Amino acid sequence: MNIVVCIKQVPDTTEIRLNPETGTMIRDGVPSIMNPDDKSGLEVALELKDKYDAHITVITMGPAHADDILREAFAMGADRAILLTDRKFAGADTLATSRALAGALKKLKYDLIITGRQAIDGDTAQVGPQIAEHLDLPQVTYVEDLKYSNPSTFTIKKSTEDGYQIVEVDAPCLITVLSSANNPRYMSVGGIMDAYKKDVEVWGYTDICIEEENLGLKGSPTRVYKSFTKGAKSSGQVYEVEPTKAVEIIVEKLKEKFII
Amino acid sequence: MDFSLTKEQVLFLQMIREFAEKEVKPIAAEVDENERFPEETVKKMAKLGIMGIPFPLEYGGAGGDNILYSMAVEELSRVCGTTGVIVSAHTSLCAAPIYEFGTEEQKTKYLPKLCSGEWIGAFGLTEPNAGTDASAQQTTAILDGDHYILNGSKIFITNAGYAHVYIIMAMTDRSQGTRGISAFIVESGTPGFSIGKKEKKLGIRGSATSELIFENCRIPKENLMGKLGGGFGIAMKTLDGGRIGIASQALGIAQGAMDETVKYVKERKQFGRQLGQFQNTQFQLADLDTKIEASRWLVRYAAFKKDQKQNYSADAARAKLFAAETAMEMTVKAVQFHGGYGYTREYPVERMMRDAKITEIYEGTSEVQRMVIAAALLK
Repeated sequence: MNIVVCIKQVPDTTEIRLNPETGTMIRDGVPSIMNPDDKSGLEVALELKDKYDAHITVITMGPAHADDILREAFAMGADRAILLTDRKFAGADTLATSRALAGALKKLKYDLIITGRQAIDGDTAQVGPQIAEHLDLPQVTYVEDLKYSNPSTFTIKKSTEDGYQIVEVDAPCLITVLSSANNPRYMSVGGIMDAYKKDVEVWGYTDICIEEENLGLKGSPTRVYKSFTKGAKSSGQVYEVEPTKAVEIIVEKLKEKFII
Repeated sequence: MDFSLTKEQVLFLQMIREFAEKEVKPIAAEVDENERFPEETVKKMAKLGIMGIPFPLEYGGAGGDNILYSMAVEELSRVCGTTGVIVSAHTSLCAAPIYEFGTEEQKTKYLPKLCSGEWIGAFGLTEPNAGTDASAQQTTAILDGDHYILNGSKIFITNAGYAHVYIIMAMTDRSQGTRGISAFIVESGTPGFSIGKKEKKLGIRGSATSELIFENCRIPKENLMGKLGGGFGIAMKTLDGGRIGIASQALGIAQGAMDETVKYVKERKQFGRQLGQFQNTQFQLADLDTKIEASRWLVRYAAFKKDQKQNYSADAARAKLFAAETAMEMTVKAVQFHGGYGYTREYPVERMMRDAKITEIYEGTSEVQRMVIAAALLK
């Protein structure tokens, strides 16, 4: 079984600090991590590898330093890694990104393509489904669990707003995975020692057959109308008390702040 | 000279910190409270290769080095001193001497199982009357045909009862003094070998510390490790390596106490100000931070020299001496900064203070470290 996992390097949003004057994100010193949903997607692939000896390719589109998460994927157990990087890809919205990734995926063998549901820096959840459309593949989104049965059927538990669905899908297909699907394994010490001995393949514009006008900023129909930072709320205080006591506390707090 | 971390070290720190935070920290207080050996943590560490970091792949190791191993013990001890010493004693005091002094057969037999964590290792040198004066060994090993017969007892043995492989020092020829001491590999379950009483300790309470008893315990002749009469040298060299592990443990405990203190002094307000805004707090923390950072580089330098196969005996002694005394000072002050709360078990700093004390005692007291350093200086 050949599995390709699409992963993204994102700023660790739990570590993000805001500039109190401008309200903008301070990116300096914010560590970059493998997007949590993508990491769970990789874990789904690794579990299939444990059981069925699957071959796992990880691919990311991003700047040169996105190499870090590919090394992490190697240390977790991925077999092959591709970094899709080119100035022509810069400024891509989800559509241009999914075109570039689909272009690369066309050159790879796959029975299953896995992406995370969404990236914590963009929250769109669009790239996975768009890749499936470009490649004309069946897709199952919001995957919580996956079971494989020979020769090529996946039985999938898919999360919905009010519960879940069990669906069956034949390979080749694409799934988008939720971070709640599993606890991704840690890198192993041996895996870490080997991570930089393996080659990360670097692919650029010339390696994928996509017209330049469909890539990067040129190929992005999305125009950012306005960007804003969600107002930071203070963490508040939690009281675990009886309702009558709770009312007293609320009234007292509201009085303190001269609201009532 | 290059002080920057390698890419592998950066990746390793990312892994071991996450592991320590998610798997070790949440149970540290409970392990201490119940004096419980955290077997589940050992299994998890084994799966990741943490039980065999500095050994080559051919013996089932992870193919890392002593700097990486030191970082592992530091990061584990930052949240749990017990977990740090389990790895340290296993790696430095059992797997390392087998790797350094064992025959090819011994290495092939024991290292893969120790490195994979299937087996845990321990080391027995200390006796009721042979502590700092380790040469006063009373345990004897007498050759009888194809076997050695061991008699005697060892005390304060880390990982005792949970370990499968024990490196045991015993007198093979009393007339030769320290040159009459030999090293043996003893497996758990060998008839005549039993575990005595488990110590109730001030700190590192999850770590199993017990007596080992040998009563006409017959072990195969081929379990002699190194040369006959070479045991004292093996023990001393093994402890040199062990000191890197304990120095790393002390460093981790100190850093853990600093982390807790920094968090606390930013939150706690008295007299209308955060504790961290008082210059007394700032100056004390600055001094402690400097000592912790100095400890870190002493530890890494000793590990580096061991990896480079240079003589690192005095370096390991300096690292252990300084890191242990820093850990004690940092943890005592951490409790002080936390005030009354710090004295309670709701906060981890009192546990860290109890854990820190042993680092000034085992694998050579601070006084022994001073002896080693002075001996190197005045030779």
